[in-house]
Amino acid sequence: MSGIQESIVIRTVVRIMVPFIQIFALYVIMHGASGPGGGFQGGVIFGAGIILYAMIYGHKEGKQRMSDKLNRILSSSGVAIFAVTGISCLVFGGMFLQYGVVPLLPDNPAVVSRLLIDVVEIGIGITVLAVMISLFFDVSPPETDEEELPASEEAGQ
Amino acid sequence: MTGFDLITDHLPVLTVVIPLMAGFLTPIVGWIDRKLCWYWVMLTMFAVLLMTSSNLYTVITSGTIHYHLGGWTPPIGIEYVIDLLNGFVCLIIAFIGLMVGIYSIESIKKELPNKIIPFYSIFLLLITGLMGMTITGDIFNFYVFLEISSLTAYALIAMGDRGDGVVASFNYLIMGTVAASFILLGIGYLYAVTGSLNIADMQGLLPSIYDNKVVLAALAFFMVGFSIKVGLFPLHAWLPDAYTHAPSAASALIAGLMTKVGAYAMIRFMFSVFTPEFVIDMTRMAEILTWAAALAIVVGSVLAIAQSDIKRMLAYSSISQIGYILLGVGLANVIGMQGGLLHILNHSLMKCALFLVAGAIFYRTGIRNLHQFQGLGKKMPVTTTVFLIAALSMIGVPGTVGFTSKWYLALGSINAGQWIFVIVILVSSLLNIVYFWRVFDNIWFGHPHEVEHIKRDEAPLSMLIPMVLLAVLCIFFGLFAYYPLHYVLEPLSNALLGIGVLP
Repeated sequence: MSGIQESIVIRTVVRIMVPFIQIFALYVIMHGASGPGGGFQGGVIFGAGIILYAMIYGHKEGKQRMSDKLNRILSSSGVAIFAVTGISCLVFGGMFLQYGVVPLLPDNPAVVSRLLIDVVEIGIGITVLAVMISLFFDVSPPETDEEELPASEEAGQ
Repeated sequence: MTGFDLITDHLPVLTVVIPLMAGFLTPIVGWIDRKLCWYWVMLTMFAVLLMTSSNLYTVITSGTIHYHLGGWTPPIGIEYVIDLLNGFVCLIIAFIGLMVGIYSIESIKKELPNKIIPFYSIFLLLITGLMGMTITGDIFNFYVFLEISSLTAYALIAMGDRGDGVVASFNYLIMGTVAASFILLGIGYLYAVTGSLNIADMQGLLPSIYDNKVVLAALAFFMVGFSIKVGLFPLHAWLPDAYTHAPSAASALIAGLMTKVGAYAMIRFMFSVFTPEFVIDMTRMAEILTWAAALAIVVGSVLAIAQSDIKRMLAYSSISQIGYILLGVGLANVIGMQGGLLHILNHSLMKCALFLVAGAIFYRTGIRNLHQFQGLGKKMPVTTTVFLIAALSMIGVPGTVGFTSKWYLALGSINAGQWIFVIVILVSSLLNIVYFWRVFDNIWFGHPHEVEHIKRDEAPLSMLIPMVLLAVLCIFFGLFAYYPLHYVLEPLSNALLGIGVLP
């Protein structure tokens, strides 16, 4: 465990920060249809929140919050949400991703279109966050000796 | 309205969306049962093959298909266009993908036992990228799919030989990124001067500003970028390592498809984004391309002779074969163009078969050095026969596909008054004989004292079926080259060169 990870200030700040980072990420995702932002950016921010947590609290803690299995399911299901939304437009006789044709609110296709863009953005966000996190866990070196290494150093002394 | 009618209108987009979705669902399928992955990939590839066949049939019978994503009409929205050129290339992608998919079950189980799920996931994403590059009618969308296909190819190559695979993949990544940057710059320049990203729209807008330096720079960037992507001779350095060190199934897929789709993209940009007059007469880019291609044909063959690793030899041979395709394109007459386009099909069939054979030999014996192939003719008779057929086709023996395309290329060169290219084709065929003969010699005429106590130990059936099918097609299209030429390539070449209009 490195010095940064032990610092009580950093641990506390991170614990307070992470929920806000994630709420901001959700805001960016939901705001994607009508302003700057969107699924990709929001997903990156959400993933960054969890990566920050895992960096400070260690891989083990991080993996407890975001297990490999959950990660795999999220990364697949996000794209599935996107594709299912697109294909549902085909089912109702429109073109791929022509949201307006889905008869959720028959009088107001523009609103349906906006809602479904949000659904697509959420799908993209889920995949991006899962892939971000799995990239982080794959690239960072394994921390299996997190507890054992200091103990062996002490034994050496 | 039946269920099928509902789908038929949307086949262009489904050919891209279905492998994309299936690729991302593969981890879930593999999580249920790892063995299901292969069946899942087979199902997807078979569906894609049916859809691409149907697309090509529709194009041949009733003309170009236009599909507007999200109902937005071009030039604002993204448009998917299928004409004879990309309908034909898509069918090749789907077919080779299916063949390699069938083959991969045993070879991946042996070479990458822990990476079955990621392999198949990336496999389907690579098909998505190639399919999207081919089918799209929007050049920025093209760039996005180019990146998808490149990134997945890097990942597939990195899964190969321990250490070497990663280095090869990294080299390819650097070169591929440079190429993609060139292409993106070109797209940016064209967007800056025309304000459009739609290929058809752009072709209408560009002729009035052909004297603009920005357009010339864009053309130069595209040509350099795609030359790296297809591995044209002086820019080929990434290719041999990448093909050699990738897993067997990935080598066959990448060798069979990646460079061919790059060649497709080059043709598309030369003749559909720009116009034939600009490329042939105003900038003489086509002529430059023929000389580069002629150089690639000779140098690729010469370098192939120097190799002892069979996969590396085939990789160098690919460099020379890409030269044939681009030579035909650069000749810019109808016969030469037909030869070049036919060679896209032919080279996919032959090179995929040869890489599959190399993989099957490696699967059974663990040997890749062709000097240790003695007695393989007795040990693996079917596999080596497939090798014989594909290699003869590569040399250009009459009755195989290689002959037809070389014949057309030679006729095209004569029509263009460039006799030197006829000599280049002839010399390269002789060089092909030299490097393939070394393999034949070892396989069938190896030292008899080693051959006697060799038991027959053929590759598994799932490997034999795709190899034999490809070899049969090599002969079929050699004898009946009329079908692709008459229905697809002749009208297509006329249309590309601006002589006729696409149906």
